[in-house]
Amino acid sequence: MIAEFGLAALWLAAALAGLQLLGGFAGLRAGGEGLAALVRPAAVVQALLCALAFGALLLLFVRTDLSVALVAKNSHSAKPFIFKLAGAWGNHEGSMLLWVAVMALAGGLIAAVERRLPERTMLATLGAQAFVGLGFYAFLLASSNPFERLAQPPAEGMGLNPLLQDIGLALHPPTLYMGYVGLSVAFSFAVGALLTRQVTPDFAKVMRPWVLGAWIFLTLGITAGSYWAYYELGWGGWWFWDPVENASLMPWLAATALLHSASVLASRDALRTWTLLLGVVAFSMSMVGTFLVRSGILTSVHTFASDPTRGLVILALLALVIGGAFALFAFRAAALRQGGLFAPVSREGALILNNLFLATAVGAVLVGTLYPLLLDALTGTTISVGAPFFDLTFGALMAPLLLVLPFGPLLAWKRADIVGAAQRLMGAAALAIFATILISALGGVTISLAPIGLLLGFWVAFGAVAELVDRSKLGRIPLGESARRLIGLPRTAWSTAIAHFGIGITVLGIVAVSAWETELVTTLNPGESAELSGYIIAFDSFEQVPGPNYLSDEGHFTVTAPDGGTRQMMADRRTYVASGMPTTEAAIETYGFSQLYLQLGEPLDNTHVVRIWHKPYITLIWLGAILMAFAGVLSLTDRKLRVGAPRRAAKTTPQAAQ
Amino acid sequence: MNAALKPKHQRLVLVAIALVALVSAALLAAWALRNQASYFYVPSDIAANPPVPGQEIRLGGMVEAGSLKTRADGVTIDFVVGDGEARVPVVFSGIVPDLFVEGSGVVAEGAMRPDGTFAARELLAKHDENYMPRELEDMTEAQRRAAVAETQ
Repeated sequence: MIAEFGLAALWLAAALAGLQLLGGFAGLRAGGEGLAALVRPAAVVQALLCALAFGALLLLFVRTDLSVALVAKNSHSAKPFIFKLAGAWGNHEGSMLLWVAVMALAGGLIAAVERRLPERTMLATLGAQAFVGLGFYAFLLASSNPFERLAQPPAEGMGLNPLLQDIGLALHPPTLYMGYVGLSVAFSFAVGALLTRQVTPDFAKVMRPWVLGAWIFLTLGITAGSYWAYYELGWGGWWFWDPVENASLMPWLAATALLHSASVLASRDALRTWTLLLGVVAFSMSMVGTFLVRSGILTSVHTFASDPTRGLVILALLALVIGGAFALFAFRAAALRQGGLFAPVSREGALILNNLFLATAVGAVLVGTLYPLLLDALTGTTISVGAPFFDLTFGALMAPLLLVLPFGPLLAWKRADIVGAAQRLMGAAALAIFATILISALGGVTISLAPIGLLLGFWVAFGAVAELVDRSKLGRIPLGESARRLIGLPRTAWSTAIAHFGIGITVLGIVAVSAWETELVTTLNPGESAELSGYIIAFDSFEQVPGPNYLSDEGHFTVTAPDGGTRQMMADRRTYVASGMPTTEAAIETYGFSQLYLQLGEPLDNTHVVRIWHKPYITLIWLGAILMAFAGVLSLTDRKLRVGAPRRAAKTTPQAAQ
Repeated sequence: MNAALKPKHQRLVLVAIALVALVSAALLAAWALRNQASYFYVPSDIAANPPVPGQEIRLGGMVEAGSLKTRADGVTIDFVVGDGEARVPVVFSGIVPDLFVEGSGVVAEGAMRPDGTFAARELLAKHDENYMPRELEDMTEAQRRAAVAETQ
């Protein structure tokens, strides 16, 4: 019954999406008010129905109802509870249902709470949201029905891919999806505004928190995915430039650009068409990502059993949605009046530079990701475009961006004094140079680019702090007065500084681990020990232990740190009962910001190959990203962005550089 | 400064900057694609058209049965990758992937040495039927059968 109920809820939700689309566009014409009144309720009820359908799937997985094909294929009664739950989205159909559910929830949320825009724009926005939603309902119901029954239920399920039996699966896909799909809201707002031609600063103020919300989830989702890959796949790397990772990076870069351009539109009424374009592009990148991941043209842990027809359906959907939006953009963009003016050297100019580099980076990553696929399709030559390409192009684009980044927040709107900003950044520059020289001297220059990377990282981090110091007049007025000013700064000033500081921290982590990582591959027998970067790793014992649904070969180690403290570590190799598939579980121990990473190989004649990495300051990479997400949350709570806050006067006076 | 505020000038400056950035990015990307992309080879490709030693490539094929040897240091392994027509000796140091066994498919990343050995930096093994490296799916059925027959 539960499966049928879920399916019925899904069909009803799809029908409501149809009504929402119809009502939204009827409402744009005279005489359509009757239908228009149904749009918001339709969106809200649709969200509830999708939540119910997803709840039904969760329940089926928790109960391990093997008469449902999806459960039989992906679950096992002996699986721990959390993985039964997470197994619901650890497969193609379930993850598409999650996608649709998140999308409906986002649409329902706008319909329920967003009342600050002209109703016509809201109708068009919700209509656009329903249009995209309908495409995904069609895809889900026609080719990926998660509730399909089996005529002959098997005695036991096939189990979940062991790589996915990890707490990461419980966190990474839902957060990432909220980010991906949350960007559909940006897309719908952009389409709605294009349809009604109402692109105003108020529009940007309304759109920005939604984009910010999606961006926060995307940031966290990518961070969780990166850490998951780092500890679960056992390669010890945190980013592989895998097409699937690129698929998440591209929307993130576009959304980051969109956040910055939306703030220009909100404050200065400039960059109207560009902001709309970015709204369309950001979600298009999410869709391209889905296409790449779900179509089966790539192979990775994310590609569940591939089915070429699905790829074609998503490609058609992609063409329809993106193509339609770009066509609309082409027709309507020219009709938008040119917005506020500004000199090249100004806050606007700096933000345009930011957008330019981020958008170009999206392009570079897109080219690197699609080129091998196109080349294979056109000429049959198989190549792989990996880290060397991306490190070079992405690095070359990010370096100048990081170089100018600290200037942005210090420049005034409209026209700014670059010399004054440079003077205020002197302290940060001096500190960054000093720190770089110090660390390069201590750590040794192992790769020639390391000092440049360090300099950029410190420069961005100190530059972010410099902005706060400058705005609080620290050192120029009494300390208590400065503290009061610091606390009194708008939340957006804090969030800008913290997000930029986070970028600096991430860059420092990347540079440190690339330049000073050490690795040792050796054979060890129980009782022997090895040394790496001052750590002494003693192999104590090896034993076989049964887990809940696997057999585990555990290696126990005692690690003596350079400071003399000892800790226990356990690395194991598991063989899963259901599939017979082995996985390697690395042992990771965190020392300050650095980590020791230990991996156990297959036993050969009673000796064990052990791979040990020392990864200095690697956690900074993820901590910086978490800081960025935190800054996003802080910015969401800012008074002037809060839902229901009084609107600012339409004509704002340009902010002077404080 | 005032002149730069005219809409036309403003747009001109922006477009100029954007063009310079885009063109340089495109040139860089094109150069990087030409030089940094690594090509995929099966052993018969290497026999027919050997890649330059040191050039980053990917080698795919079947690990021949009986070819897997561990050296005295315990961490370096030698094995032979074949596709039924040609064979390439491979050397690798480190922990092999979980499903790396003789007779199974493998994709190795690395470069040829001047002596004709392939020095692998990274090994990607077939994880299970669903996660086979894409390039191995492209091996013709005949090649695959031959490889399997030979390795049995």
